[in-house]
Amino acid sequence: MLLEVRDVSKIYGTSCGQCLELTGVEQDRAICPRCGSVVAINSISLFAQKNEILGIVGESGSGKSTLLQLIYQDQVASSGQIFFNKLTDENGQPLNILKAPPATVSRLRSREMSMIYQNPQLGLNFLFSAGGNIAEKIIGAGERRYEQIRNRGLDFVDRIEMETSRIDDYPEEFSGGQQQRIQIAKALSSSPQLLLLDEPTTGLDVSVQARILDLIKELQQEMGFSMIIVSHDLGVINHLTDITVVMKHGTLVEYGLTDQILEDPQHPYTQLLVSSIL
Amino acid sequence: MGNPTFAFMDEDAKKEIRRSLLKAVALPGYIVPFASREMPVARGWGTGGLQITLSIILEHDVLKVIDQGCDGSVNAVNIRDFITSVTNVEETLKTSDSTIIQTRHRVPENRLQEGQVLVFQVPYPEVLTTVEPDTANQKQMHANSDYSKLWVLLYEDTAQYGDSRISNRYPVQVNEHYVMDPSPIPKYDIPRLNNCPALLLFGAGREKRIYAIPPYTRVKPLKFDDRQFKVENFPGIVCERCGASHVFFDEVRREDTSHFFCSDTEFCDQNLENGDAS
Repeated sequence: MLLEVRDVSKIYGTSCGQCLELTGVEQDRAICPRCGSVVAINSISLFAQKNEILGIVGESGSGKSTLLQLIYQDQVASSGQIFFNKLTDENGQPLNILKAPPATVSRLRSREMSMIYQNPQLGLNFLFSAGGNIAEKIIGAGERRYEQIRNRGLDFVDRIEMETSRIDDYPEEFSGGQQQRIQIAKALSSSPQLLLLDEPTTGLDVSVQARILDLIKELQQEMGFSMIIVSHDLGVINHLTDITVVMKHGTLVEYGLTDQILEDPQHPYTQLLVSSIL
Repeated sequence: MGNPTFAFMDEDAKKEIRRSLLKAVALPGYIVPFASREMPVARGWGTGGLQITLSIILEHDVLKVIDQGCDGSVNAVNIRDFITSVTNVEETLKTSDSTIIQTRHRVPENRLQEGQVLVFQVPYPEVLTTVEPDTANQKQMHANSDYSKLWVLLYEDTAQYGDSRISNRYPVQVNEHYVMDPSPIPKYDIPRLNNCPALLLFGAGREKRIYAIPPYTRVKPLKFDDRQFKVENFPGIVCERCGASHVFFDEVRREDTSHFFCSDTEFCDQNLENGDAS
């Protein structure tokens, strides 16, 4: 198992202690009626195997992106445990990465995991060139030889089907779709085991969307990493993923094989979602 | 002033600065805040170095003050006059005779010895400011020894100009952890910080920061493994005054021709006295 999320919750605000019971899809709310805290993630458990592609769907505000940010530790979870790839503590026990020392977290974020954000402003440093952005990730993974860094950067610029002569251009000189490609090159340049994608194609026009999705899929087959992809677009989920998770009000509504969920949705909310989009 | 304290500052102020110095020495390259006092010279004119010197100086110390290698510049003379007037310590121009050397932007040519203290005046103590403006993030990066952003700067310079463009304040890694700003000394002086027998103290009065390199500490300029660190060299140039070569020169432009003199005036005088043009 590559990633295991166990009973993770995220509450914004001071919790009254009963927030988790008083919210969720059964109660049809994410705001605690007792104390007014927002429960973004309510006791979620899931796992991802090696080479598996997991999709997370749900309406806006359902906690999809927050879940991704908790895994990547852009945000601190309120409770729960996350285990990653046989990582153990000094006693040989599985290491809960939510409680791991900063150096381990930093190592995880720079070598083992990568995140692709919906907005390239978050994923790229606009003060660095495209090559510099890719280099940052390669350097973060421990490489200190210039020629290796440069050649790996050129290789990835080529892989995302971009002219290698543009490697020293700055992000603002690229189109939105190209910026997204650079983010992909940056994220994959450290050969991570897990790639997290937060709405990677939202806001791009449909033809560009399709090409980026194909690119991600090709690279995934070629390099062999696991992915968790957040999207509100069931087309994207259908195109890419093996397993799908449906979320609403911070809780897990349905969890299963993508084909099954799209062909034969069980939960009323999923049925509504599938019927309204496909 | 009726009966001024030895070395101008009151004993509590000296104690506070000494405590910061102890912490700085215990954590080589780590930036320690201190309560920078008002000095009889304006901030930005060496008040950081001055406060360190005043808090460590004792009656038997022998003081040398240089500004860009020169004992005779106005700033150096004034600081030396001030310190000797409040302490009555012996002053000297000779590097070998001194126990404390306060310096701006140079390390003396003559090799420093055990027991000597070199006090640097520092304008910008935080090496990460150019790549990360947020102080909280800077601290986090120092703690994790995460300097990938500085490496990216180096990568970009190498990619676009063939080598780093930094002429002075070249970032150095101390004792294989903290990366620090060595103050605006030329690159020529950087290798001379490594394994130096003298204690190196850095004071930034305006920025209220102190840091240190204890004697015999590894100091390494940030450089890719497959690239060489190049210092300034002056091929074929000899000092017009003493005939020395392979030292750091001051270039004086007069009527469209350049004249070169040793930047370290005491070293130049010593050559003249000994009559040897090495």
